[in-house]
Amino acid sequence: MDAVLESLPDVFKAFGYTVLLFLVSGVFSLIGGTILVAMRVGPISVLDKAAATYVTLVRNTPLLAVFFFFSFAAPKIGINFKWVDVHIGTFDFTSFFSTAVVSLTLYTSTFVCEALRSGVNAVPLGQAEAARAIGLPFTGVMSQVVLPQAFRASVPPVASALIALLKNTSVAAVFGVIEATAQMKVMTNNNADERWGIFIAFAIGYVVLVELVSLVAGTFERRWRIA
Amino acid sequence: MAAEVLFDAPGPKTVARHRIYTIVAVVALLVLVAYAVKRLYDAGQFEYALWEPFVTPNIMRAIGEAWLDTLTMAVLAVLGALVFGLVFGIGKLSDRKPVRWVSWLVVEFFRAVPVIMLMIFSFYAIFNSMSIEDGAYWSVVLSLTVYNGAVLAEVFRAGVNAVPRGQAEAAYAIGMRKSQVMNVILLPQAVKIMIPAIISQMVVALKDTSLILIVFGVGLTKILKSLPLSFNNIVPTTIVISGLYVITNLALTYLATRAQKRFVGEKEMLQVSNVAEPVSNVA
Repeated sequence: MDAVLESLPDVFKAFGYTVLLFLVSGVFSLIGGTILVAMRVGPISVLDKAAATYVTLVRNTPLLAVFFFFSFAAPKIGINFKWVDVHIGTFDFTSFFSTAVVSLTLYTSTFVCEALRSGVNAVPLGQAEAARAIGLPFTGVMSQVVLPQAFRASVPPVASALIALLKNTSVAAVFGVIEATAQMKVMTNNNADERWGIFIAFAIGYVVLVELVSLVAGTFERRWRIA
Repeated sequence: MAAEVLFDAPGPKTVARHRIYTIVAVVALLVLVAYAVKRLYDAGQFEYALWEPFVTPNIMRAIGEAWLDTLTMAVLAVLGALVFGLVFGIGKLSDRKPVRWVSWLVVEFFRAVPVIMLMIFSFYAIFNSMSIEDGAYWSVVLSLTVYNGAVLAEVFRAGVNAVPRGQAEAAYAIGMRKSQVMNVILLPQAVKIMIPAIISQMVVALKDTSLILIVFGVGLTKILKSLPLSFNNIVPTTIVISGLYVITNLALTYLATRAQKRFVGEKEMLQVSNVAEPVSNVA
């Protein structure tokens, strides 16, 4: 544990990167997932099929392969993020960070899409039929009856997808972002006699973050639950 | 069908409008695909020399062996995870408080820690006396065993809880002991419900085998890393190796769907909330 305590600022900064990766990719994934699910449940079957193909392909690809593509293969065909170079405080947002965000977003969007879709599918058909029967227009059916229920039902699966994202930020360690896992690897190599302590310290960090996200999700789930 | 919940049957005007949207969407998608192909073409990624390795017998054999390595790692991990999950899943259902508490702690811990961290740790701290290659291989197996085991523990618990209450009550009523109720009545019924979820967990395990790249590439990841060094064909390699993962996973998903239909019927696949990546549902 001494090694961790001695370099506490580095450890906190590393977890800072983990949280930043999570927050930025989380927001983009929610947006991306919403767009995908709109295509998926919309009336245009071509868009439905396109989104379904994308989701199936990406879900079955290892996240590492997605990272690998954007880190090493994409620059060969002229896609790179070298133009990103922002520094806020002590945090640097360079091409490594943005490559990680793009990979995580494209990957997590598919899981968010499926989570939202399961929410829509959870609404019984009779609900929409009853709403139409009492004469609500399309916007009324959506905003008063279908979407509120769908939204509520998709909170737990979306939370699962976001927790997976939080843990998946660790893949960025392989591709040059010094977040918690990368920091742990460095410290493990430098302090061979303290491997157990270092591992447990970083593991607790992740456990705390995961529990925090579950707690927030649980609170929303309870607040929005009816009866 | 989701579409039926969201939309009424379209009238003639809407049908005409949808036809226009469809045309626009098709054109947009075609442009997107054409642009991607042109991008690849301009960068010379379609040249035969870059793809030749994938039809060269020696390299094909190496890729096949790597694929087998990846598959055996995933299979071993899931088998280990079954044991781990059974022990701690039943532990969570125990009547004894300390057993329940310890099982809960173990499961929560391994579910929350990123697999890649488990791999780094087991590579440097547990398998450090082995050769690099063996060490990496067994790090993958061990890490995925405990991670997927923690997930399967939840699946086991949910599976046992999904057996109707009356079954256990009836068993107790005819005088069975606790272990008998579990072994003879609950588990056999629960396993049937769990089989599809277990196969789906294979997909997660198979994808996660790639994470070992952080210390050393094993299986398909080794090819991903080494092949472009000799042939300078990183784009084709990434595409082919990802494709192999996708095909294997689709086959597993198909198997899970079949098992679902066979053992459970039309009901939804067993889902456990808050367990990392949601397993793929029957699409």
